[in-house]
Amino acid sequence: MTRTIRLAPVALLAAAAVAACGKKAPPAPPPAPAVNQDSINAEQARRDSIARAEQARRDSLAKAQAEADRLRQAQAAARKTLTDVIYFDFDTDSLTDASRSSLDAKIGVLSANPGVKLRIAGNTDDRGSDEYNLALGQRRAASAKRYLTDHGVTADRIDVISYGEERPVATGEDEAAWSQNRRDEFEITAGGDDIKATP
Amino acid sequence: MLATVALAAVALPMRAQQDTTRGVRIGLSYQPGMKPGVVVVPVSGSWGDTVQTMLQRDLDFGDRVTVMSGDAVNATATAQGSGGVNFGVWKTLGAAALVQVTLAPAGAHVILYDIGARRVAQVHDFALGGRYGDAQWRLDVHGMSDEIERWITGVRGIARTRILYVRAGRVYVIDSDGYGARAVTDAGTVMGPAWSPDGHTIAYSKLGSKGWSIEIRDLDSGAEHTLQATPGGLNMTPAFTPDGKSIAYGHGLENGTDIYLASVSGSGPARRVTVGRGTDNVSPSFSPDGSRLAFTSGRNGHPEVYTADVDGSNTDLLTPFNFGDQNYRSNPEWSPDGLTIAFQSQLAGRFQIMTITLRDRTVKQLTNEGINEDPSWAPDGRHLVFTSSRTGTKQLFVLDAESGRTRQLTHADGARLAAWSRYLAPAP
Repeated sequence: MTRTIRLAPVALLAAAAVAACGKKAPPAPPPAPAVNQDSINAEQARRDSIARAEQARRDSLAKAQAEADRLRQAQAAARKTLTDVIYFDFDTDSLTDASRSSLDAKIGVLSANPGVKLRIAGNTDDRGSDEYNLALGQRRAASAKRYLTDHGVTADRIDVISYGEERPVATGEDEAAWSQNRRDEFEITAGGDDIKATP
Repeated sequence: MLATVALAAVALPMRAQQDTTRGVRIGLSYQPGMKPGVVVVPVSGSWGDTVQTMLQRDLDFGDRVTVMSGDAVNATATAQGSGGVNFGVWKTLGAAALVQVTLAPAGAHVILYDIGARRVAQVHDFALGGRYGDAQWRLDVHGMSDEIERWITGVRGIARTRILYVRAGRVYVIDSDGYGARAVTDAGTVMGPAWSPDGHTIAYSKLGSKGWSIEIRDLDSGAEHTLQATPGGLNMTPAFTPDGKSIAYGHGLENGTDIYLASVSGSGPARRVTVGRGTDNVSPSFSPDGSRLAFTSGRNGHPEVYTADVDGSNTDLLTPFNFGDQNYRSNPEWSPDGLTIAFQSQLAGRFQIMTITLRDRTVKQLTNEGINEDPSWAPDGRHLVFTSSRTGTKQLFVLDAESGRTRQLTHADGARLAAWSRYLAPAP
């Protein structure tokens, strides 16, 4: 019993030594050559500088990418603001509060992008007369145009057209469908490739 | 007896024709509410069955006579052969008139017998143009039906007419009996077709890249030109004046839609008729004398039917206004006799076809099944074609305003915005 106990530390030390040798370094011959610490440092510095340059390049690319993404998102947001649909109550061309704030946002984008032109298409639900609805759709498109021009957008940047009840986006004979169809749609007809977001 | 009939057959046509030119009819009497029984005996020849069927159907669709058929009628017609008309038997069966047609090259010889008076009432040779079974031939057979109906009832039939409508973005035309539907415009988006009074020209609105234009098309040549009087914006619901020289239509840019009048030939500017002050004024329809027009206007907040002189003066609200009533009345059509205007009116959220008399403003509801829209009068001022959703899809139906009898005219999905032609006169 006692012999076993005395032997154990020796075995542990030996095992640790083997493990250490296996991990860290190959068994070097005792007469080690003289180490030039300066050259090691220089080499390390060279590698570090390459790594730093690469990192800087990656950072710069990522930054450019992020900037491009941000710009693209801002453009998409501006485009979405311009083309956001507005909705109407039954048999009227009156703008709702929600429509006015949507149009106000469009005015911001239009001011920042003098080259952008829009076409407003007025639509109706299918409950009225097919023909009278063409005139109602025209009035809905004109109503949105009037709001924009009253707020400084020049008239020649905005076209209007009516599709009446000919181009529904929702089918069904209930208010859920009708309310989706009573709408103005906005299409960018010029200057859409390079839209600047609102400052 | 036979000698008498033969003599009558020779002697009467002259007298009959002279009498009808003076507006006096002989023999058969027509009373409203009582429909005389008419037999069209079988016609021999390879197109005989077609002619018999077309005549029977046209006379039936006219709603002024009862077309007799059935075993007893067929047996009597067969037994009769070419041996002369058995007046006694026909009278017993309830017939008032008998039509006998003999087909000849490019024509038909027609004898109308007055059963009660036991004599020949009319004899006439009709020219049948085109080739057997084609569109022109059928039109001429319909014309024969209409004349036979006039001989019997004093009122010309409405078979020699056609109906324009819109389906899948194109203008279609169909014969009055539902035969021969065909597209007359290319694929696109069109609305509101209208006939010129002579039936050779049509007008409609077409969606282009800049808006809706009024297009005028010659049906014979297929040539199309754009009405240039008010370029751009919305141009819709054309209606020819009764003289065929001008077109009234709705035109709007950005301040409501008003009715304008422009010459078909394109000479001179358009003249504005209504002053809607930013509201919608559309769907004009002329009185037969061309002095007034009916139209839809939203000038008082919701659509109602108004009438006005063609210069826009003397504007009257036609459809009765009830305080607080926000219903929707539109699409007026002035009847050919000038006495009545048909229109559509919303009841419980669904359009129905109504008529209103101009003398005392009596309103009559003509439909109640499904949604019914866009009435247009036949030349007899008695039948109306309109759009109905009663079968689940939009189809055209023809209604006899007097009896309420209704038949389905189209069977392909999505037919709407019908316009009935005037009588399509044969080429002189």
